[in-house]
Amino acid sequence: MTTAPARPRRKLHSNRIAVVLVTPALLLLAGFTVAPTVYAFVLSLQQTKISGGLFGGDPQAVFVGLENYAAALGDAEFWASIGRMLAVAVIGVPATVILATAFALCLDARGARLVGFSRIAIFLPYAVPGVLASMLWGFLYLPATSPIGGDVIDFFGSREIFFSVANIAVWGVVGFNMVILYTAVRGLPGEIYDAAMMDGASELQIALRIKLPMIRPALVMVTLFSVLGALQLYNEPTALRPLSNAITSSWVPLMKVYSDAFVQNNIHQGAASALVIVVLTVAATVLVNVIGRRLQGRAS
Amino acid sequence: MSARVARPRLNLAATAVLVVGALYTIVPVAWILIASTKSNAELFGTEPFVPAFTGGFQDNLVGLFSYRDGIFGQWALNSLLYAGGGGILSTLIAAGTGYALGKYRFRGSTTIFRIIVAAVLLPAIVLAIPQYLMLAQLGFTNNYLAVILPLLVSPFAIYLCKIYAEASVPDELMEAARLDGSSEWRIFRSVGVRLMAPAVVTVFLLQFIGIWNNFLLPSIMLSNDKLYPLTLGLLGMLRVSGGQAALYSFVIMGSLLSIIPVVILFLSLQRFWRIDLLSGGVKA
Repeated sequence: MTTAPARPRRKLHSNRIAVVLVTPALLLLAGFTVAPTVYAFVLSLQQTKISGGLFGGDPQAVFVGLENYAAALGDAEFWASIGRMLAVAVIGVPATVILATAFALCLDARGARLVGFSRIAIFLPYAVPGVLASMLWGFLYLPATSPIGGDVIDFFGSREIFFSVANIAVWGVVGFNMVILYTAVRGLPGEIYDAAMMDGASELQIALRIKLPMIRPALVMVTLFSVLGALQLYNEPTALRPLSNAITSSWVPLMKVYSDAFVQNNIHQGAASALVIVVLTVAATVLVNVIGRRLQGRAS
Repeated sequence: MSARVARPRLNLAATAVLVVGALYTIVPVAWILIASTKSNAELFGTEPFVPAFTGGFQDNLVGLFSYRDGIFGQWALNSLLYAGGGGILSTLIAAGTGYALGKYRFRGSTTIFRIIVAAVLLPAIVLAIPQYLMLAQLGFTNNYLAVILPLLVSPFAIYLCKIYAEASVPDELMEAARLDGSSEWRIFRSVGVRLMAPAVVTVFLLQFIGIWNNFLLPSIMLSNDKLYPLTLGLLGMLRVSGGQAALYSFVIMGSLLSIIPVVILFLSLQRFWRIDLLSGGVKA
């Protein structure tokens, strides 16, 4: 292909570079998203059976249709793992959104001090890997080492554990969400407060009545991020396991998939469970997105 | 923006909320700093928020680095390789793809963008097990690439770069460069990438942190613990120590050392990266 000498008014430039730039992403997407999904789907329709006569032949993969899916969906432990994940989400998502909003509004409030320091301090845990944060909090919860009353409160109790896990997740992401919301508040035009201030509105009223409704799109996004984070809960409970018996090997859905595939050593069942999780996660994501759009649409 | 002329009266309530928030986030990190100065016995026997000055810090440091012939150093290098290498490569891919989709119309470009938007909805972590099953079938697990390759394409990063390229790289400038006889490749390097710098830095940091924090993928792809990243290695140490706490002080020191470089990276790049791209992303 030849590149014609560029002439003004007519777009004769080559698009070849665009195709070249897009190719690596497409190849990787095909190789590491599409292909594994298809392969897992094929695996999920099979089971390993020992075929052959009296002496038993080699184990062979045979087509069993949707049997593995039926087994996954019929497994009480699978639904229990979803229940535990939801319990953590019900605590963690509102806590993240409310705390992040409160911090963002306080950062922006007139007369707030220590703003720069607080912003960095609250953001800091984002740089701490979830597994390390969990080990760190694990030591804070553990009666023997706890500086926060672990000898009085049983942080690993059957009820408390949900709060303990949610707390680690909130600690990790609250600062990130705060910065998103703070940026949205900072982006509002300053004049909108003038009338309210002349009317004698307090800083709190301005924050709740003016700023809060105006950052609704950012709030929706922060909620979306938090819900998605909850659906993918894995690192925190896994990292707490060595410190506590309260967390079983299939405590949340992703741990259940892991244990199906690698502990039970049944890759066919594992593939089916994994795909069920993929479908449920995508469905939940789409649902939250649609609700978010609705809310945003009503706001504008 | 609000011009603040006179310093307004102290807002006690707002400041108090911020201080409580900062304490909530800092206290655990402060505790680990203090705990790192203690031997195992002191860890269980002394006041939690009083550091020990009995040489525990040095002992823990030496102990950690000599544990199993210094495997901790290997884990640190691995983490740096996964997060640094993977972060750079995935940022290059996202920047290139985003620029191509944002600034060029070509056959299939709309379809490709739609596929990428759809893929944003698919969390990478739920794909880890299918990815492992496929790579295991090909006999390609338990190596560096098995951890890096699946993470190289981030649809969200591509989406951010596309939106940013559209908004920040003017057609006129590209056209002017063309008239000067620049090749399209040169325009990408000298005009595109330069103007997209804030998005590129932001995407790099997000990717770096994402891979640095990733745990599920390396934990299923790797069986040789010489290839482990820090997260996996330290959790392994905790598992080895089980309930008997023999390695707790090493694990604490290791956690402290793994947190520091990332915090420094963030603080030093603070000026250049723009998280507001994320909130801008949804509006478009």
